[in-house]
Amino acid sequence: MESIEKTTNSLPIATNKPCECVADCAANLSLPKEHQTSRTFRFFSLLAVAIAVWWFIYRQLEAIANWLVFTMLRLDAHTAFGSASQFFLYETPKVLMLLTLVVFGVGILRSFFTPERTRRVLEGKREITGNALAALLGVVTPFCSCSAVPLFIGFVTSGVPLGVTFSFLISAPMINEVALVLLFGLFGWHIAVIYAGMGLIIAFLSGWMIGRFKMEKHVEPWVYATPVKATSVAKIQGWPERFHSGAEAVREIVGKVWLFVIFGIAVGAGIHGYVPEHFLAHIMGKGAWWSVPVAILVGVPMYANAAGMIPIVQALLGKGAALGTVLAFMMSVIALSFPETIILRKVLRPRLIATFVGVVSTGILIVGFLFNWLM
Amino acid sequence: MQNFQILGSGCANCKKLTQNVATAAEQLGIPYTIEKVTDIEAIARSGVMKTPALLVNGDLKLYGRVPGIEELKKILVS
Repeated sequence: MESIEKTTNSLPIATNKPCECVADCAANLSLPKEHQTSRTFRFFSLLAVAIAVWWFIYRQLEAIANWLVFTMLRLDAHTAFGSASQFFLYETPKVLMLLTLVVFGVGILRSFFTPERTRRVLEGKREITGNALAALLGVVTPFCSCSAVPLFIGFVTSGVPLGVTFSFLISAPMINEVALVLLFGLFGWHIAVIYAGMGLIIAFLSGWMIGRFKMEKHVEPWVYATPVKATSVAKIQGWPERFHSGAEAVREIVGKVWLFVIFGIAVGAGIHGYVPEHFLAHIMGKGAWWSVPVAILVGVPMYANAAGMIPIVQALLGKGAALGTVLAFMMSVIALSFPETIILRKVLRPRLIATFVGVVSTGILIVGFLFNWLM
Repeated sequence: MQNFQILGSGCANCKKLTQNVATAAEQLGIPYTIEKVTDIEAIARSGVMKTPALLVNGDLKLYGRVPGIEELKKILVS
């Protein structure tokens, strides 16, 4: 522990030093190169120590939770209250720690992928390749649904095909780090991988189909009349800045979703302890084929972020709902929503919006059926 | 007189940026006017693909994030 304190203490000094140059400090433009590298080195060693500490604590979480619940509080593991408490005290720190680490990592990864760079990659790309690339880049390019419209305009005016733009717009919100961490942390890596894989396929195919329908004339005409303007803000990205964007992402994202996560796990814990297993099996189990379309019909107009979805997903899965049905529900809530279609109405005509919603829901429907059938 | 424009459709980040810019300018003692641009066409014409964005006297200074007050001061001075 001592060594960590030392390194953190030296951090403010390291960052304050270059501030003799007032204006360029933020961009590190006039810093001597050795200084930059020594700072980078310090950041990396700090990171290594932090990850080691993280790993050490993470490994102890289950033992700590067991000790607290079963030894300190003397609860019985076989009672509903005992198992619910253990579940809550173990899962909450586990998921929050995972989330912090992954959001930090993704924050760094995203500093390599700006919307401008993604657009340059996709400009003039043919269908298929373009759709596949767009679906993949949607995962790593920083995206916020409030920027969906400016991004859409920026893409289509600079020559990214309409269908390719849609592949991006479908994958970006649907496959995000928060959803993946929560799925991984609570249900295991295979469910997270299945979710990401299916999300990519839906984004790829839906975008490709929208492209095939040749619906450019259903985009509001002023969009294509908008002059293309490349944004350029001088920003030199070195490792210290990348670490900074990682930390900023943690502050912003974890700061926003932690309450949802705790609430979600509390709901999960309650279900874990109290509601009988297979409670939902007959209405949402594999046998009930109609549960998939119903889940999508309910999910499409709803708007919730991935973190808010998890308690529901957990409740459904834990009590015997089929995996395909639950994934279909989660995808339709995150990927499509009523508020989003209202925002998109500013740039898209109703026919194109209807096609977009129709194609994506059909994709989700197929995924839902496929899963219930396969597993 | 500095003219600041905040581009964004009115989400929480845009409000935060507006606040931070005002605070930074006041701490620096710069006289300023601040204008919120929420019209989606106007945002698109500026070429910004990620909101919020800050324009100082018509020049794009930053977009896609909300820096702290100290960093904003440096941006406003440069």
